[in-house]
Amino acid sequence: MKKISPGWTLIRLYTILVYIFMFTPIVVVMVLAFNPKQFGIFPMEGVSLRWFVKLAQNESIIEAFRNSLVLGSLTALISTAIGILAAMAFIRFEFPGKNTLNTLLLSPIMIPEVVLGVALLLFLRFLQQPKSFALLLIGHVVLTLPYVLLIVQARLVGIKKEYEEAAKSLGANAFQTFREVTFPLLLPAILAGGLFAFTISFDDITATLFWATAQNQTVPVKIFSMLRNSISPEINALGAVMIVLTVATPLLGGYLSRRFSRAKP
Amino acid sequence: MKSDKWKPWALLAPSLTAVFLLLVIPVCFIVVYSFWLRAPSGADIPAFQMGNYAKFFEDFFYPGILIRTIRIAFETVLLCVVMGYIPAYFFYRSESRYKRVFLLLIMLPFWISFIIRTMSWINIMGDSGLINHFLLKIGLIETPIAMLYNEFSVLMGLIMYLLPFMVLNIYVSLEGIDKSLLEAARCMGCTEWQAFREVTLPLSLPGVSAGCLLVFVLTAGTYLPPMILGGPGNDMIANLIFKRVIGTLDWPFGSAISVILLSLLFVIVWTYNRYLGINQIFKSFQGK
Repeated sequence: MKKISPGWTLIRLYTILVYIFMFTPIVVVMVLAFNPKQFGIFPMEGVSLRWFVKLAQNESIIEAFRNSLVLGSLTALISTAIGILAAMAFIRFEFPGKNTLNTLLLSPIMIPEVVLGVALLLFLRFLQQPKSFALLLIGHVVLTLPYVLLIVQARLVGIKKEYEEAAKSLGANAFQTFREVTFPLLLPAILAGGLFAFTISFDDITATLFWATAQNQTVPVKIFSMLRNSISPEINALGAVMIVLTVATPLLGGYLSRRFSRAKP
Repeated sequence: MKSDKWKPWALLAPSLTAVFLLLVIPVCFIVVYSFWLRAPSGADIPAFQMGNYAKFFEDFFYPGILIRTIRIAFETVLLCVVMGYIPAYFFYRSESRYKRVFLLLIMLPFWISFIIRTMSWINIMGDSGLINHFLLKIGLIETPIAMLYNEFSVLMGLIMYLLPFMVLNIYVSLEGIDKSLLEAARCMGCTEWQAFREVTLPLSLPGVSAGCLLVFVLTAGTYLPPMILGGPGNDMIANLIFKRVIGTLDWPFGSAISVILLSLLFVIVWTYNRYLGINQIFKSFQGK
């Protein structure tokens, strides 16, 4: 195939421009996090870690990080657990109403988060419950469940039923079969789904802003409340920490899942 | 085979319970609440009246915001197609050994917080931001140009958020095209451009339309870019919901606006599903 044609060069150039567009805001956040000055944005006057130090000393930001990490981990755990069960039902069994139910479970993707946020909050208000950490957790489970379900289902389709049947015919019960056969084969998808759920929960702002309270702030909510004043190097520093965290997690996950899947037949 | 009819239901029980309790019932609640009355004291009174909907359509103010939302969503969709198709095509045709890295990079923004990507436009388009700093430095302008807090900056924020969805959808459908079809077209004497126009482009349209629907729905349901990058005149329908519910605590009216937004999107998604099928959208999340 000829690739040196002028058309191809244009396509490549265009793609590079789109990349620059997509990454400039991200790079700028990372760079400005080291900006020593207090007001204004550019020009930078040297390189300094003072804003990172200030972040590390800020109790409420440490608290927000702790909240986000706990919330993200629990969300990933619950979503993945119930997502695996649902995926097993959809892929391994035939039952009436299957397609409708599958669409129902995937529907949170297509429902605007702002409506989801209002709806759950309104329901809570009707039950006369205060906003709490539990609200954030159940909300995030609903937000992330469809993604976990999609990822696990896609992998489960590719795992032959015969493996499970072989295990059963050798005398394994349903739970043993799952633990010894299905689970190891499914592990890459479980890891990927769990990580995806974690980052969605960790990054979510649209619905979370409805559900969070002053006691249960997550990092994005914290950034949002800091933005009220104006953008500052401190916000950029916080952004930089978050970017590093959320980008490192999937890369690590991808590496792990490739290792696990290579170890299996 | 033994009767194991109950098994799938047992497996589905936790997720169905979660979605039913936390999604279906709450959404029904919004509908019920949208007919309620708000007392001057701020209490909500159960009722069945159309007052909240009448208020929305009583003058041009609220419908104007709805129309603006639809217009901005269409603009975003269009810009995302224009900006997203070529990079997706580039990944599809590229034989570079860095192809995986390119793909990973375009996925990267998915992992980076929406609020960080949105607020960073202030770093770039603000009065002392990157662009103004550069233009001042080279002496093209004397005073900073005001670039923020208008519809353009809102669009920039939206594209930043939604472009990866579009690229991914188009790429997934391009990858699904049998490459031998292209070779056949070339053998039969098509030029590269003709082969693209007659084979690749039509076969990638399902991905394009899936991307368009996703981008439209997500744009219509977001309030963050207008809130952070927009001015007073750039509010979209989701901003209105946020302000009514969180700001003035007017739950019945906030619910009515949510129902209006939900119905609009339902009509669009339903029509789309009727003629094109919705499953293409879910494919893009699986194909990694």
